[in-house]
Amino acid sequence: MSFDLLALVCASYVIGLFAIAFWADKRAEAGQSSWLNSPLIYTLSLSIYCTAWTFYGAVGYAARSGMEFVTIYLGPTLVMVGWWLLLRRLVRIGRTQRITSIADLISSRYGKSNLIGVLVTLLAVVGTMPYIALQLQSVTLSFDVFSANPGEGLNQTAFVVAAGLAAFTILFGTRNLDMNARHHGVVIAIAVEAVVKLVALLAVGIFVVFILAGGPGSMMDVISASPIAEQSIRPERWTVLIALSAMAFICLPRMFQVMVVENYDERHLATASWAFPLYLFLMSLFVVPIAAIGLNVLPDEANPDLFVLTVPLEFDRDALALLAFLGGFSSATSMVIVAAIAVSTMVSNHVVMPIWLSQRQGGATVSGDVRSVVTLSRRLSIAGLLALGYLYYVFSGGGGALAAIGLIAFTGMAQVMPALVGAIFWRGATRYGAAAGITVGFTVWLWSSFLPSFGAGGIISADVFENGPFGIGMLRPQALFGIDGLDPLVHAVFWSLLLNTFAFCLVSLLTLPTPLERLQGATFVNVFRYSENAPGWTGGAAEAEDLLMMSQRILGGREAQDLFISEAQSQGKEGYLPDVTPAFLERLEREMAGSVGGATAHAMLMQITGGEAVSVEDLIKVADEAQQILEYSSQLEAKSAELGRTADQLQQANEKLVALSVQKDGFLSQISHELRTPMTSIRSFSEILMQGENMSSGERQRYSQIIHDEAIRLTRLLDDLLDLSVLENGQVTLNERSEMLDAILDRAIAATATPEQYIEIQREPPMEAVPLFTDGDRLAQVFINLISNAGKYCDAEEPKLQIEVHMLDGRRVVDFIDNGTGVPPDVQKVMFEKFARGTDHRAAGGAGLGLAICREVMKRLGGDVIYLPDREGSAFRVVLPEARQAAA
Amino acid sequence: MEERKVLLIEDEPNIIEAIRFILSRDGWRVDTHSDGKSAVEAVRERAPDLIILDVMLPNRSGYDILNDLRGAEETHDVPVLMLTARGQTKDRELAERLGASRFMTKPFSNREILETVRELVG
Amino acid sequence: MAERGEPLFLARDSYRQRRLADAARLLPVLGVVLLLLPGFITITVDAIIYIFSVWAALIVAIGLMSRHLARRGPLDDADNALGDDGER
Repeated sequence: MSFDLLALVCASYVIGLFAIAFWADKRAEAGQSSWLNSPLIYTLSLSIYCTAWTFYGAVGYAARSGMEFVTIYLGPTLVMVGWWLLLRRLVRIGRTQRITSIADLISSRYGKSNLIGVLVTLLAVVGTMPYIALQLQSVTLSFDVFSANPGEGLNQTAFVVAAGLAAFTILFGTRNLDMNARHHGVVIAIAVEAVVKLVALLAVGIFVVFILAGGPGSMMDVISASPIAEQSIRPERWTVLIALSAMAFICLPRMFQVMVVENYDERHLATASWAFPLYLFLMSLFVVPIAAIGLNVLPDEANPDLFVLTVPLEFDRDALALLAFLGGFSSATSMVIVAAIAVSTMVSNHVVMPIWLSQRQGGATVSGDVRSVVTLSRRLSIAGLLALGYLYYVFSGGGGALAAIGLIAFTGMAQVMPALVGAIFWRGATRYGAAAGITVGFTVWLWSSFLPSFGAGGIISADVFENGPFGIGMLRPQALFGIDGLDPLVHAVFWSLLLNTFAFCLVSLLTLPTPLERLQGATFVNVFRYSENAPGWTGGAAEAEDLLMMSQRILGGREAQDLFISEAQSQGKEGYLPDVTPAFLERLEREMAGSVGGATAHAMLMQITGGEAVSVEDLIKVADEAQQILEYSSQLEAKSAELGRTADQLQQANEKLVALSVQKDGFLSQISHELRTPMTSIRSFSEILMQGENMSSGERQRYSQIIHDEAIRLTRLLDDLLDLSVLENGQVTLNERSEMLDAILDRAIAATATPEQYIEIQREPPMEAVPLFTDGDRLAQVFINLISNAGKYCDAEEPKLQIEVHMLDGRRVVDFIDNGTGVPPDVQKVMFEKFARGTDHRAAGGAGLGLAICREVMKRLGGDVIYLPDREGSAFRVVLPEARQAAA
Repeated sequence: MEERKVLLIEDEPNIIEAIRFILSRDGWRVDTHSDGKSAVEAVRERAPDLIILDVMLPNRSGYDILNDLRGAEETHDVPVLMLTARGQTKDRELAERLGASRFMTKPFSNREILETVRELVG
Repeated sequence: MAERGEPLFLARDSYRQRRLADAARLLPVLGVVLLLLPGFITITVDAIIYIFSVWAALIVAIGLMSRHLARRGPLDDADNALGDDGER
């Protein structure tokens, strides 16, 4: 078979794939995509797990290491069998959060942190690069098998393949910006390729078993006799490889792409759970037979990695060989296409866009078409990734067995696993924990697996391999911490994942998550409770128009307008500008996340809405059942506390009433006492006078005087009572007019001047020349009361009363200070109350209402009267009315 | 016949004068005391045949004094006539419960007080 | 709990559905145990037959389970409100 014919077939095959992809995209656009969305297509698209490494490499692997190759399929089988545990959650999270890549998932979970996104992206690029190189190598080698001049022009072939794949990927992978809109064309092309590679491998297998070996029975004999039978399974490698492939199946960017991002209906998982393991089962069924026959019939120096091609060629089955070639070609191309789409999305969303956004302060609202930037950055990323793969291929010299390179890539991507498992099962996982785990794992992987893959004397010198960097034996790349003798792969997987998980857990435990992280953590871990929406927006000052302008640049004009119109309609509004509700912001963020990733979408909306993050109320909203119950019970508590308060208020009111009633009783009994006491004397003496004949005229005179005095006392008491009642009820009419303070004082002193109660009064006339606007008679009443009190109570031998007028804090005050012993402290407290009197009743002569009336009068006038406890004698201060004083 | 002694514990001078006038005419010896605090001692000193006790006294209430008198052996049986200007029912009840022999509300008639005193000592 | 609209006793159907979900959770554990054993089988051909037999059995088992699990509505935990999530 000529090389030209091969090239022609190859070209036709690629053109056919183009046609199918194009047709599928057209169907999808026309809305006739129902069968494109079937569980069968989903299952077949998962087959990109089986790359050229699997197609060619598995046979080589089996020829070298026996059954160990099958671990690479058993891991994914176990993951699919356990879909109810893990994949179901992952797919639901991916769909509800509009996740665009594994980096997006991790970054979204850890508070939409872009640092984590960048880390995972870096890991993905570094891990995918050798993988792409591997595909280029296998395609190149398979071409070379048919070449007339073997071993020549390999790099050119690889370059052509890489360029062609880049073109196909850019054409079909970046047509649609919204990753969630799914790549129908690409997916259908992959499904076709999946069928081709399965059919090809089965065909070669059946040819080998039934034609070359003569049936399953004799096939077993051939295997038993071959060197494969001498390869026993090494338990530690066996276990580690199953675990590793299971992790890689979940974490590989391309697997995440087809499994989660391109998933149309989560129930497709149920079908894939058995169909995909079946696919893997069939893919591996004939691997050992082909390897055994190849080892049997081909010369020793033949490359076992190419047995799938060389065995049919050996027996001149050109058509079968061509089919096998197409199978290998399919495996390589489908892997490269999907991996390029997945990784370029990550690079664009987590590296290029954030940089672009930060360079344009003021952000997406200003100008420019974000869509074109996103598309361009994705196309450049695809080209860049394939270029990197090509360079890796050239510089690694196509060295190393295919399987070895594949396992290195697996180990690299598996570093995401602890953070991923933490993301969906552990609410306590924090961004710092995730970053620490991934960084540590990535570093250990680079040192113990990736860099050594270039061989001793490659990037790491032989001396470092032997003695460690700077002679530190503990850090030898393949014997970390001095533990020697482990298989290099087991060694790398063990240390990288162990230290990764340790760092992840430890740092998570020691650091605190942000509110957004806690929110996302709760949403992710409880995805089956909160899958409807993930609250995150508390509204804000964003204008609907600004949002529309920005969304148009990302979602496209018509799509954005449709979204806004439908939202406005659902809010019951006309036109295309809905209210900016938190629900709408969440929806918009999800839609935008489908185009530019969660972190970027969040950041862009933050710029517009003013960056209000998550409030405590939002956290409560997503809190779990226990928290809701807690909330309910705290409401009950609040209610009962309110009831308690009401009861307290009632209690207080009741106490006040009781106190009032007691006061009233006390007041009445006081009045009774005050009235009855003079009446007793009056009645008694009048009876004496009425009957008494045996008394002197002096006695008669004296008793009449007592009756008279007591009658006056009664009258005064009644006057005072009436006065106080009027004052307290506010019924008093004030007769205000302009008057001088000294005049009022003169009147008061004149009224109190009685010979029995003489007291020397000292005044300061210049200070008293103050104009007032007030009720002078009432003020004089107060002064009289105070002066006569001094006269009654001052117990000095030469009683003196000092009247001082001065300013204090802007108020004019009049102090009445005598030279007696003052009022005892216990009396001070109550003396302004009604019927409170000093100890000496008889001297008082009044009913104990004087000071109470003084205080009421001063309050009516707008002033006050207080007692000054810190003076030598009794000291009363009258604070004069303020406003009226100024008005005068 | 020995002179009969009345101790009048009251603080209103005019009322003291009136009661002294009424009782001394009837042949009673009237001692007076006007402070609440030292009233019980005064009773012990004077050993009166009858005590006339006002309720509203300076420093100490008549009820407290009555309570003390009834609690001590030597004064336990001395008749006590209580006078009050607060004529409420509960005041009367309180006085009776504490052991007052009689309870009179001010203002009283001269004949009424004289008869009561005679009755209590006779 | 009663006011959350969750019946105390589930219909036989829902009960079986839950136990089926439990089985789906246990199956991968069984698979792991069975698939780690070949490391101790010394004869290669025996190991090949054993591995492919277990593999085929797992496919059949999960195939039967998944058909029933996906038959009703969305793939939520039938009992997610009542504590199956709480175990984790």
